[in-house]
Amino acid sequence: MNATLRYLTEPLIANNPVTLQILGICSALAVTTTLQTALVMSGALTAVLVLSSATISLMRNHIPNAIRLIVQIVVIATLVVVADELLQAFAFEVSRQLSIFVGLIVTNCLVLGRAEAFATRNPIWPSVLDALGNGLGYSLVLIIVGTIREVLGTGSLLGYTLLLPRAEGGWFEPLSLMQLAPSGFFIIALLIWAIRSVRVEQIEKPQHQLSRSEVEQ
Amino acid sequence: MTDLLLASLFHQNLALTSFLGICTFLAVSQRFETAFGLGMAVIVVQTVTVPINNLIFNGLLQDGAWGWLGLADVDLSFLKLIAFIGTIAAVVQVLEMFLDRYVPPLYRALGIFLPLITVNCAILGGSLFMVERQYDFAESVVFGFGSGAGWALAIIAFAAIRERLEYSDMPRGLQGLGSAFLVTGLMSLGFAAFARVGL
Repeated sequence: MNATLRYLTEPLIANNPVTLQILGICSALAVTTTLQTALVMSGALTAVLVLSSATISLMRNHIPNAIRLIVQIVVIATLVVVADELLQAFAFEVSRQLSIFVGLIVTNCLVLGRAEAFATRNPIWPSVLDALGNGLGYSLVLIIVGTIREVLGTGSLLGYTLLLPRAEGGWFEPLSLMQLAPSGFFIIALLIWAIRSVRVEQIEKPQHQLSRSEVEQ
Repeated sequence: MTDLLLASLFHQNLALTSFLGICTFLAVSQRFETAFGLGMAVIVVQTVTVPINNLIFNGLLQDGAWGWLGLADVDLSFLKLIAFIGTIAAVVQVLEMFLDRYVPPLYRALGIFLPLITVNCAILGGSLFMVERQYDFAESVVFGFGSGAGWALAIIAFAAIRERLEYSDMPRGLQGLGSAFLVTGLMSLGFAAFARVGL
C-alpha cells in the first residue's frame, strides 16, 4: 500500500486511538448516549484535530522546544473556542446536550497527543493524513458505541423507531442501563475484546507472572 | 453544602459518572503507590484552581462583569477556556516551585504527576462544571475539594482492584485494557448507587 496512505488507514483499527492508544476516552464515553451527539462530537473533534495538526506542523520549525506545549495548547484552545461558538450558533440544541464536552476537546489527550507525537516532527501532508486517520478512528468507535446505546436504550435511532417499545404497543423493553454511564465502559470493553480476539498482537504483556510452582499448586 | 460535597464525592463522581480524566485514570493506575500520589496531586490542584477560576470568571469574564467601568455590554465569557487553561497551567507551575522550596518531601512524592495534571480533563472539567452550574465562591471551594477527592478515591480504589486482577485468569482478549474498562464500569454502577444515600 502507498506509504502515505498508511497514515490514514492505520489508526482505523490496527492502531485505534480509543481502543489501543488510550487517548480521548473521556468524551468517547460521555457523549455517546445518542447517535446524534456522537456524530456532532466526532465532527467537531476531527475538524479540530486536522486543523491543529496542520497548523502545528506548519509552525514546527519556528517553535522553540521549551515552550512548544504552551504553543500547542493555545493553538488547540483557539480552534476549540471557534468550534464551540459555531456549534452554539448553528446547532444550539446539540451543543447544550454536549454540555462541557466540546470545551474539553482542549484537554482531549488525542489532540495534544497527535500534535506532540506526530505533527511536531513531520511535514504538513502526512500530519494532516495522520490527524484525519486518528479522527476517523475515534469517530468509528463513537458511532458504534452511540448506535448501540441509543438503539438498546430507547429503541430508536436518530428519531426513527427501530424497535417499537412496549409503552407504545410493541414488544421491546428499553434497557435504561444503556442510557447510564456504566454501559459506555462495558461496550468499549466488549469492543476491545472483539478487536483483540482477531488481532492477538494487541494484547498487552502481563506485568506480573505467576511462577510455575504457584500455578501448579 | 454537605449535599454538594457528598454529590461531588460519590454519585456525581467526576471520573465514574462524567468520565473526566479517564485517560489518566486508566493509564496511571497499574500501581497503587503511583495512583495514590496522583490522587493527592489532583485533590490539591482541584481545590486551588476551581475557586481561582470562579473568581476570574465572576470578576473578569462574565457577561456584565465590566459594568463598573461603564462597559456593561462587554461579554468575555467565550474566553473562559483559554483563561482557565492558562490559570491551571500557572497554578500547577507555582505549586511545583512552592513545594520544591518549602515541602521537599511532598515535592518528591508528587513531582512527576504535577505536569501531567495540566492536561487532565478532570481539572478543566471541574472549572467548566463550576461555570455551568453557577456555583458561588463558597460552593466552588466545596465542589473543588469534593470533586478532587472523589477522583482520588476512584483512582486509588481502582488501582487496588487492578493490582489484584493481575493474577486472575481471564480470557486473553480481555487482559489489561479490556478488564480495566469492565472494572471501571462496575465501579461506576457502585458509585451511582450512592445517589440514594443522603445525610
